[in-house]
Amino acid sequence: MITLELFLNAVVAGLMLGGFYAAVALGLSITFGQLDIVNIAHPTFVILGSFVAYILNQNFGIDPVLIGVVFMPVFYYIGTTLYRVYYVSFERTGQESLSGLAFFFGLMFIIEVLLILTFGVDYRLVSAPYIGKTMHIGFLDLPYRMLVPALAATVMTGAVVLYMSKTFMGKAILAVSQDRLALQLMGADPIKVKRIALGIAIATASLAGALLIIIQPVEPSVGRLYIGRIFAIVVLGGMGSISGTFVAAILIGVVESFIATFYGPSWAPAVGFGILLLTLAFRPQGIFGRA
Amino acid sequence: MFSFRKIRYGLWAIAGLIVISLAFTPVTSAQSKNLKIGFSMALTGPLAGAGKAALIAMQIWKDDINKKGGLLGRQVEFKFYDDATSPSKVPGIYSKLLNVDKVDLVVSSYGTNEISPAMPIVMRKGLVFMSLFGLAVNDKFNYDRYFQIMPAGPIPKDDWSRGFFKLAMAQNPKPKSVALLAEDADFALSAVAGARRHAKRLGMKIVYDKTFPFGSPDVTSVMRAIKAANADLVYVGSYPGGSVGLVKAAAELGLKAKMFGGGMVGLQFAGIQKNLGPMLNGIVNYDFWVPEPTLNFPGVKDFLKKYQAGAKGKGVDPFGHYLPPYAYAYLQILGDAVTAVGNLDQGKIAAYIHKTTFTTVVGKVKFAKNGEWANTRTLQVQFRDVAANNMGQFNKPGKRIVLYPNSVKSGSIKYPYKQ
Repeated sequence: MITLELFLNAVVAGLMLGGFYAAVALGLSITFGQLDIVNIAHPTFVILGSFVAYILNQNFGIDPVLIGVVFMPVFYYIGTTLYRVYYVSFERTGQESLSGLAFFFGLMFIIEVLLILTFGVDYRLVSAPYIGKTMHIGFLDLPYRMLVPALAATVMTGAVVLYMSKTFMGKAILAVSQDRLALQLMGADPIKVKRIALGIAIATASLAGALLIIIQPVEPSVGRLYIGRIFAIVVLGGMGSISGTFVAAILIGVVESFIATFYGPSWAPAVGFGILLLTLAFRPQGIFGRA
Repeated sequence: MFSFRKIRYGLWAIAGLIVISLAFTPVTSAQSKNLKIGFSMALTGPLAGAGKAALIAMQIWKDDINKKGGLLGRQVEFKFYDDATSPSKVPGIYSKLLNVDKVDLVVSSYGTNEISPAMPIVMRKGLVFMSLFGLAVNDKFNYDRYFQIMPAGPIPKDDWSRGFFKLAMAQNPKPKSVALLAEDADFALSAVAGARRHAKRLGMKIVYDKTFPFGSPDVTSVMRAIKAANADLVYVGSYPGGSVGLVKAAAELGLKAKMFGGGMVGLQFAGIQKNLGPMLNGIVNYDFWVPEPTLNFPGVKDFLKKYQAGAKGKGVDPFGHYLPPYAYAYLQILGDAVTAVGNLDQGKIAAYIHKTTFTTVVGKVKFAKNGEWANTRTLQVQFRDVAANNMGQFNKPGKRIVLYPNSVKSGSIKYPYKQ
């Protein structure tokens, strides 16, 4: 039976879940949406972020969100290095479409295997004082395990949107996705711009990974479960639109939560993808995409 | 002086000696050849945590048996491949084991989904198939040389949850309603199907009966819907990720059911137990071995000591209570049967296993006609007095009280369930 209490709680839970999805999809929105790089390994970098958070949380008791933020520069460096390899190996020779995809597939498996060899295959979890506790506002329940990741993801998305709209490099990243040649004619180096963009994309995986391990236990292959969902979010939001990705993530989160509460959890992913298909049918460029 | 003729004579002499030595030693050579046991195992993928732990246990058995002189006077050797928790890889692996590696015996990988695909190949060859934690696999095949080590019982799907409902119905007042939730994969669906039959048989009102997708990132909404259904009992079939999410969501939302748990995989593993800590208190869930005095079978502590030493630094469950003793035991049974029969005649080995009660590290094991345990020993344990951030507590008695079956009971239920 649908009650107001259940309805509002489902919406709130969906908002929090969607916020977390936004954190995971944000990096892919930059690489896939703006740079046209099909980084299928992005969820694996998220898992890498989870393991970094796990190690430091278990050994030093540091808060996972803080770990995620502190390690963003390290992940940024990994991202820029990755772009150098990608550019020299594929993009420069125009082989990025198929060979590049194979490269990221391979990278995904290599990172997974390295994680398995290093940490084994057991499920890993983190501890934080807020995990397992709930904020109650009237009849609304807001578990901190979901609330903290949602807030952190919103702040991170806001920061990226600000960076993209207010800084020269941010605007250059948007420009490189639209007209690389024009950007080059303006005296900017598209390779450097893309390198920085991929660095930012991978940096977001550091925090997204930390948020993931707050929500659920993680083992090296968990990232694969997210591939379909986050690609769908990026496409639904509109390729290259960070705000669109955020809105799409929230939409998918709310729909999944609503369906899980009132109809049956098994239908939740199907309905989410159904929305994607419907949107593409009527608005092929996605919610915020440009025609 | 250098002479090609001398070299040629020398080579002929050496070849002749080799031929003569081979001609006189075939029996000795054949006997000294290792006895190969082949299997696939989930060493990567979602079930790899259990698969790797099982492999450690199996290697302990191999070392133990080889120290005693091996099987049939031959040293035991394992031939195994990683099935990556992918059922589609299993048939190819067993075909290779049997046709290329020419193994003498086969045993199964871990888990229902990995055991079923091997069955047609093993059956075609007429081999004895000891299997590791498959739920009701033989219901589909009716293979008389199949033996399953998990103590589910002769009617596995129903026996799995029988204890949970027996405990519930022994309470006063009796529970009247139940919520059923299954993660969308084979084992969990089977476990909950059994629970559904019990609920109907007992005339309970099923107020919630849903499945949720495997690997769902968040199950808070699911738990909220279950809470709203206000059931007396909440029976769940789930895998580690889902189990952790549901336990946390139950604590966060203040689930008020009288009993909560049932078939949640993951709550048996030390790392997860440590992380969930006091959130586990009161949950009644299945298990197969816990360090309670009633389950102190001969040899199990020595085995666990070896396992825990072997598991260090391997990223697997450090205590090994759940699966490893059974991974040791299924080889123990196979080894005992081969030794008793005195050869590798698969029909005779199967007949011997059918008629014998085996003494193993998991206690006395007797198989029913369908290859499952003749009597269920699926434990229902209740978490009690669990403290935060203390893994060591789970390696001692008193934290997982055995409520069912009565033969190994170590305490009484705390009812109703409370967070």
